[in-house]
Amino acid sequence: MSSILTWSTYVIVFGALGVLVLRDRAKAKQAVKIAVKSFFGILPIMLAFIGLIGLLLGVVPPEVISRYLGQGAGWWATLTAFGLGAVLYIASLVSIPLAASLLRAGASVTTIAAFLTGLMMVNTVTLPLEIKYLGKKMALSRNLLSLVFAFAIALVMGMVLR
Amino acid sequence: MNKKLTQPSDVLQKTPAGGMPQGEPPKKTAKQWLADYRWVLIIALADLLVWVFSPAQATPVIHNTWDYFVEMVVILIPVVVLIGLFEVWVPKQQIGKYLGRESGWKGILLALLFGTAPTGPLYVAFPIAAMLLKKGASPLNVVVFLNTWAAIKIPQLLVEARFLGPSFMLVRLALTVPSAILMGWLIQKGIERSGGLDLDPARPENIS
Repeated sequence: MSSILTWSTYVIVFGALGVLVLRDRAKAKQAVKIAVKSFFGILPIMLAFIGLIGLLLGVVPPEVISRYLGQGAGWWATLTAFGLGAVLYIASLVSIPLAASLLRAGASVTTIAAFLTGLMMVNTVTLPLEIKYLGKKMALSRNLLSLVFAFAIALVMGMVLR
Repeated sequence: MNKKLTQPSDVLQKTPAGGMPQGEPPKKTAKQWLADYRWVLIIALADLLVWVFSPAQATPVIHNTWDYFVEMVVILIPVVVLIGLFEVWVPKQQIGKYLGRESGWKGILLALLFGTAPTGPLYVAFPIAAMLLKKGASPLNVVVFLNTWAAIKIPQLLVEARFLGPSFMLVRLALTVPSAILMGWLIQKGIERSGGLDLDPARPENIS
């Protein structure tokens, strides 16, 4: 299923690029340039996280991961993961593989979902910038509501996905 | 920033884009490469220590690192091409006029679609959101746009489906979309009740 999805992504994305090449060569060239730039832009942090995942999975036994982050770890694990997610700033393209590695090693869906929703929806690090651009009312209310919704979404995901 | 002593003549030669093709960014120095990849090097050093002190654990470390590397590169390639395509295709400037208070569900849908267009990290979205507000977009639509950008960008969804499975991605998507709209509605009501937005008047682009 995952790989069918991946290959259809390839077909669609490169198909679209092909259409663009036929219609507007200059724009296609620019798109490829941006693609290459994004790839090498994210590469250092991506490699670091992949290395971290490899190290983590190789050195920490799955039993330990599932004991501290699994079903039995209880509420504090989920809350800690959510809090970390809400406070940290990690690009989602990088945090998703990390979350997946923990999930595959035995962490609970609720805890991993809480980490990811906190990370994506509660944007503490960029809050000052958001206030500057959009005003206190919108920025603060958006992040406070996000805090509530992100946690609720993680809980529901934990119930729906097993 | 650069501690290396630069000769004045050096600077003079470099400033008028000497020798470099137009539009090309300057070549990175070895020092910059080192700074970019410092975490990779630290991890590699840690790997080396594992290999020296606990050779039995080195094999799973290398295996896991390689597996995740392959998996990542496989999905990263179409993702960055998609980022490039969106960057040249999606019109950022014209969208504001379709997101006004009277736009209703159409506006929300458009804000959702526009927010999933992958054009970088969230802080890139703030100036765009400010511009949208200035052009008359409703707070509801702007919040939907920001929430979508933060949590359900398309490249992110692709990576998520690949690593965490399509069902994880779909359930999160199905929960996030209504939440984003509900949040936008609540914020809009709150802003209306408290007498409008409190944008910083010092920023010229924010005067509404």
